[in-house]
Amino acid sequence: MWRQWIPFWQEGVSPYGGDVDLLFAGLLVVSGFVLGLLLFLILLFCIRYRAGNDVDRERHEAKSWRWEIAWTAASLTAFFALFVWGAAVFLKIYRMPADDLTVFVVAQQWMWKVQHPGGQAEINALHIPINRPINLVMASQDVIHSFFIPVLRLKRDVVPGRYQSIEIEAKRPGRYHLFCAEYCGTDHARMLGEVVAMRPADYAAWLNQQAPSSPLAKQGGMLFRQLGCSGCHEGSSSVHAPRLEGLYGKPVPLADGSTVVADDKYLRDSILLPRSQIAAGYAPIMPSFEGRIDESQLLQLVAYIKSLATVKP
Amino acid sequence: MTMPTRRSRNVSDRSDIAEHLATVPQRDEVLELGMWTFLSTEVLLFGGLILSYFVYRHADPQAFLAAGRETKIVIGTLNTALLLTSSFCVAAALRAAEHEQRRTTRALLGLAIVLGLTFLGLKSFEYIEEYREHLVPGVNFARAGENAHGIELFFIFYFVATLLHAVHVLCGIGVLAVFAALATATIARSRYVAGLRTAALYWHFVDLVWIFLFALIYLPGRSS
Amino acid sequence: MTGKNYVTEDYRLSSWFTTTDHKRIAILYFAALIFFFFVGGAAATIMRIELATPASDVVNADTYNRLFTMHGIIMVWFFLIPSIPNTLGNFIVPLMIGARDLAFPRLNLASWYLFMLGGSITLYAIFMGGIDTGWTLYTPFSTLYSNSYVSVAVAGIFVAGFSSILTGLNFIVTIHKLRAPGLTWYRLPLFIWSLYATSVILVLATPVLAITLVLLAAERLFGVGIFDPRIGGDPLLFQHLFWFYSHPAVYIMILPGMGVVNELISCYARKKIFGYRFVAWASLAIAGAGFLVWGHHMFVSGQSLTASLVFSFMSFVVAVPSAIKVFNWTATLRKGTLRFDAPMLYALGFVGLFTIGGLTGLFLACLAFDVYATDTYFVVAHFHYIMVGGMVTAYFGGLHYWWPKITGRMYPEYWARAAAILIFFGFNLTFFPQFILGVEGMPRRYHVYPAEFQVWNVLSSGGASILAAAYLLPMFYLGFSLFFGARAPANPWGATGLEWRTSSPPPRLNFEQQPVVTEEPYDYAHAPEPQRV
Repeated sequence: MWRQWIPFWQEGVSPYGGDVDLLFAGLLVVSGFVLGLLLFLILLFCIRYRAGNDVDRERHEAKSWRWEIAWTAASLTAFFALFVWGAAVFLKIYRMPADDLTVFVVAQQWMWKVQHPGGQAEINALHIPINRPINLVMASQDVIHSFFIPVLRLKRDVVPGRYQSIEIEAKRPGRYHLFCAEYCGTDHARMLGEVVAMRPADYAAWLNQQAPSSPLAKQGGMLFRQLGCSGCHEGSSSVHAPRLEGLYGKPVPLADGSTVVADDKYLRDSILLPRSQIAAGYAPIMPSFEGRIDESQLLQLVAYIKSLATVKP
Repeated sequence: MTMPTRRSRNVSDRSDIAEHLATVPQRDEVLELGMWTFLSTEVLLFGGLILSYFVYRHADPQAFLAAGRETKIVIGTLNTALLLTSSFCVAAALRAAEHEQRRTTRALLGLAIVLGLTFLGLKSFEYIEEYREHLVPGVNFARAGENAHGIELFFIFYFVATLLHAVHVLCGIGVLAVFAALATATIARSRYVAGLRTAALYWHFVDLVWIFLFALIYLPGRSS
Repeated sequence: MTGKNYVTEDYRLSSWFTTTDHKRIAILYFAALIFFFFVGGAAATIMRIELATPASDVVNADTYNRLFTMHGIIMVWFFLIPSIPNTLGNFIVPLMIGARDLAFPRLNLASWYLFMLGGSITLYAIFMGGIDTGWTLYTPFSTLYSNSYVSVAVAGIFVAGFSSILTGLNFIVTIHKLRAPGLTWYRLPLFIWSLYATSVILVLATPVLAITLVLLAAERLFGVGIFDPRIGGDPLLFQHLFWFYSHPAVYIMILPGMGVVNELISCYARKKIFGYRFVAWASLAIAGAGFLVWGHHMFVSGQSLTASLVFSFMSFVVAVPSAIKVFNWTATLRKGTLRFDAPMLYALGFVGLFTIGGLTGLFLACLAFDVYATDTYFVVAHFHYIMVGGMVTAYFGGLHYWWPKITGRMYPEYWARAAAILIFFGFNLTFFPQFILGVEGMPRRYHVYPAEFQVWNVLSSGGASILAAAYLLPMFYLGFSLFFGARAPANPWGATGLEWRTSSPPPRLNFEQQPVVTEEPYDYAHAPEPQRV
């Protein structure tokens, strides 16, 4: 409620939104104080020491360094405090997301494509339940975009060639702006979307209402067969290829002696750049699928392989 | 880059100092500080490139080692020897100039130029070979296998860095040629020497950059 | 008018294009910069007209994208970076240190020709259809997706970069080696300290831009993927390389302005700058620390948390020397004898507007707030407060202050004060609403926007029209003064500084006799009184 006293600042709906708002208020107060003090002094000196005023101008230059140390120390202290404050809230915004509910977002020129784990797909809209942390896994199909939801006080660039994973949570239902905040070409300004936060019951109803389609993992499974992955990685293949059941999240020993965890990025890189990290004990014969599948399909495959995590090999 | 000041033919008046400068020591200090400042910009220029090289080498060390093995170390080593010798020639030429040995100066500078041109010639030959072996990214690069991407990145760095260096060598040859031509002119000795000293600094720097590039390009992957 | 000065020495036009006189080269730059300022300003005018309405009704998306790119490229590389150093710096530095010219006069002329060549190439790109990547040229859009004249524009910037480097080199050597006898470092005017710090940045940062542009052009022209994620390249590497130059570049843009403000405040308060040594070293501190903060442009880009923490911390550190300067300027006013001629109005405007810009920089250095505000109009407002409210204001102040010295004429004082006040008013009306827009969440580089943002956009566009008119005013009265202004004496302001000891305008070789310096800087206790002309 005190936030309404900050001019033009709409209230946030994320768990840390209040912290960001408080920080902003603090910055405003400090800046206002410094600016006010300076303007007051400048005005005072301009009036008092105007040429023609008969006023005492005897110099006192000798002690200048005391003032210098004083205001340097004051500045450093205030700035350090602001740094710590800002950093503390920053760590909250970008903390590691809980893996409870994962929604995939693909940014491309000039739209946002959202895929829910149940297979529901939407364009330029993101339906989420309130009061539940959601792991948003984002990828870009082409250039750098930026996922910006002002009301959540959240922004994150979506860089091609990697996955970005952030946690979002809305505390109140409503429809909120989604902007692309990194210039991405002709229709950058039209790459708008809407985040629809719903009560859990409404959200469940909405999920059911979507055009029936198979869950993401199932689509990924279909792709897996379609693209021929199952030819080497499944069942009674004569080709010696790593088994994917129970793989996700486990450490994988590599041919060069190092170990890497089989996370989303590892899976994505293995499909696009299979020669970059060879699993120990296997020949580098997997073909690359670079250029043959897009980011949405990649996310489906990753979802499928993730779903095999609990399957015994 | 400071061009040599060849103001006039008469030595008798104070034309060996430009009109905006006051004394000979000032002129010499101005030239030297100018060249050192310019060389610091070159450090940052090549530095940015070398930094990018290290970023990618760190990301894919195996590929960079494999790529290093595809470079032509014989040509690279020969070129290093040529440049080092040419630097020696330039240093010797400077000393000769300080002792008023004008013909020797010219001869040594000429030798340095020949060595520099040979360097460029060998480099061109090397580029042609690399073209034949399909190692030119963006033109006809063709490598498969697990390291293909990393090798391509390596060779992007290789071509940009060596081309940039070659441009510097060419400019250096031009500067040395001017000084070789002026060696026997009736220009005031101290002015000529001051100019040649700055040119020599530049040439030594170009040589030094090559040594760094040699280590980063030709040596990876060859320790076995 | 007795005797020849640098203008009347040779009336042939060709003598201007083959000159090595730093004063004439300054005029050559000045003419070019007026032109580029108006080209960049024209782009801004069309943008602000478009932004007065939420819909796209004046230009379409593609055109708008090319306009804001053109505005950024021209204003940054072809106006702000060369502005004070190549005009006021070129003209005044040798005079101020008692020298006859810069260390390398012919290199100075070469710098101008390189600048003109770079500018011509970039203008060619713009008039052939433009470039639409934003002045920040982010990959992979600029290398793999943009259908515009990227390589040509980049070539123009590359060439102009060499002009910058050579200018910085010239100043460094000049300040080290060509000072008059007796002019020790601590007797130098602070304008020289500021330009020295600027030159260090010019010389060390610009080469990194050069190599970055080479790599960008190589990727675009030859399809080699240095920043291409599909072959393992990293788009973020481009950002690191780009901002490693471009952040110090903003200090290239502001330090000369701060330098000018030192001269103005000390003259019009008739008092030595409070804390002279602190201000001098603060310039160098800004230059040094400015190289360590570039990652604050990348807090939301995906760089590591550790990197973000370090860059945020360093960004706060670099704000301290700027704060020191602002406090020192304020303290200088105390017990001074203040006159409010136009240059002083500009100087005071600078202090206020730069402070607002600098404080909002603190907002952006603060990690959690930057997540919200980056890539919004908050950033746009922040940098315009510093660049326009700060640097351009200081430039106009310095231009008026040294106008008598450069042209030998006095400008009309009341017109100048009116213009200064109008500029201040128009500027704030244009850019303060943009802070509000940013805080409300409007992203930058948008020509269409949700209707709720309109009211502030309309205010901003209204302010822009006032600002545009205000910037035109000096063209008229300064131009008028060239022909009809009162003749200026050598030292109309009663200022200290060696440049005021020679005639207005100065002779070709600056001084009849080499000056020798024995007094401390800003010795206003022993300076002549200002003259009413």
